[in-house]
Amino acid sequence: MAKVWVYAELNEGKLVPATLELMAKARELGDVEAIALGAGAKAAAATLGKHGAKVVHVNEDAAFDDYLAEPATGALAALHKQAAADLILFAFTTDSREVAGRFAARLGVGLISNAADLDAKDGRFVAKVPYFGGAKLASMKANSKPAIVLIRPKSFEASESGGTAEVKELSVSIEAGSKRAHVVQRVVEASEKVKLEEAKVVISGGRGMGGPDNFPLLEDLANALGGAVGASRAVVDAGWVPYSMQVGQTGKSVRPGVYIAVGISGAMQHTVGMKASKVIIAINKDAEAPIMKMADLGVVGDALKIVPALTAAVKAKKR
Amino acid sequence: MKIVVTVKQVPDPNSSLSLEADNSLSREKEVVLDPGDECGVEEALQLKEAHGGEVVLVSMGPERAKDAIRKGLSMGADRGILITDPQLAGADALLTARALAAAIKAEAADLVICSTESYDGSTGMVPPMLAELLGVPQLTFAKKVEVDGSTVKVHRQTADGYQVLEASTPALITVTAGIAEPRYASLKGIMAARSKEIKQVGFGDLGIERGESAETIQGVTNAETRKAGTVIEFDGTAVERIIQVLTEAKVV
Repeated sequence: MAKVWVYAELNEGKLVPATLELMAKARELGDVEAIALGAGAKAAAATLGKHGAKVVHVNEDAAFDDYLAEPATGALAALHKQAAADLILFAFTTDSREVAGRFAARLGVGLISNAADLDAKDGRFVAKVPYFGGAKLASMKANSKPAIVLIRPKSFEASESGGTAEVKELSVSIEAGSKRAHVVQRVVEASEKVKLEEAKVVISGGRGMGGPDNFPLLEDLANALGGAVGASRAVVDAGWVPYSMQVGQTGKSVRPGVYIAVGISGAMQHTVGMKASKVIIAINKDAEAPIMKMADLGVVGDALKIVPALTAAVKAKKR
Repeated sequence: MKIVVTVKQVPDPNSSLSLEADNSLSREKEVVLDPGDECGVEEALQLKEAHGGEVVLVSMGPERAKDAIRKGLSMGADRGILITDPQLAGADALLTARALAAAIKAEAADLVICSTESYDGSTGMVPPMLAELLGVPQLTFAKKVEVDGSTVKVHRQTADGYQVLEASTPALITVTAGIAEPRYASLKGIMAARSKEIKQVGFGDLGIERGESAETIQGVTNAETRKAGTVIEFDGTAVERIIQVLTEAKVV
């Protein structure tokens, strides 16, 4: 059996959903050991066990939360010296990718980033990496050992497989030299009530919204549906809404039950981040827009009229 | 303060992408300075204006990548370095980071600024690798950067807000597109850029090894496409239809 490591990402002491998605694939590929660092690591170990980890290496030193990337890189490198893995999986998230990049450079091995799927073939690992805006998938065989692969969130569905992990304390000395990029403050901006990646309904706006002043129309609809608001790269780059709302190749991947694309033409850079949604509804003035060719329901018309009418109808239905 | 900005020439994101016969991305047609890097150059220029110093652009690519460097120089950067060599064609992230690190080390920069990821490759791996190889901390996803003496502080974009990060220079920063609105090159800037230095560096000058590529591409397939559904006009019943779809999906 291949020896597979999963870097378990913790955020404010909680496992991020992408980690459990990785577990579902990891346990198909070999014996899984997870590495959980920072506050909440021990509590996370129980969850990781239920999702198929046989061993969870934990260390709850505060340095893992207080300093970016470097302490975690050091801990992984130390563990790697003790017992090398065949495959190491990271989620392609803001925090994990930075650890993965530093770790690979420290080991002097390459990695495969932004993968959407992974399989074992003749003892080697082959990742499927979307490109050309997600229209094409390249099969890439990992040449390095360990193979290091970063996988886009929402590529797999997390599921429990039952089981209990053996919890091992990972004893590492965290060098003072790795305590450099200091997290001195965490600021939560109250705007986001429902997390985009976890929302059951996502309503995203693009240039067709006409301007940032019209985005509250989408928020009203999101509130009525209990969903979250996303955006295309075009409007994020234009400064209408923050980067945290961006859905697409560069940005977040979502797969909600319903995705409503409003005034978004459907450039591949956007669709790669949302095409796995169960149902897609597109609202656009252009019947020929690419988004209309992938939507389950396309409505041709003025978004600024349709969205408020829809919000009112949703509210009326709830009453 | 000496600031190095890594820049890359990419297919124009505003033109339609196309593929070569071998399914690789066509990088031959309209190529531009990566829009994310434009933001990095702008941020570097603003820091230089506030604190003094020099802005050096470093790129790796074919000879025509000089045009991307030239664009940054016309915005106001001081000089450029182009790493170009047939031996570096098809370089993976680690080899790219190694080449950039070798060229940047010689500059002894206080700050290295990268965009979070390129528009074409989008692997986002070069910046953390580069930071590791340079032996400096990384302050990433910055939507705001402040420098005070040898302390650099950034606001790092997170899913639900931001973190305030602090480190001592030298450090590497990755910036998001929202950090600064790139300036237009003035005619004077464009003229001045013509005489600014772009040093050309070959593989042999770097003192690094080629190494094995991280991956071998075994084939390319088309991704699953969704089937088109129904397209209707916004008329008296359109909202009802949407509600029906939402009801079937059990979200209302």
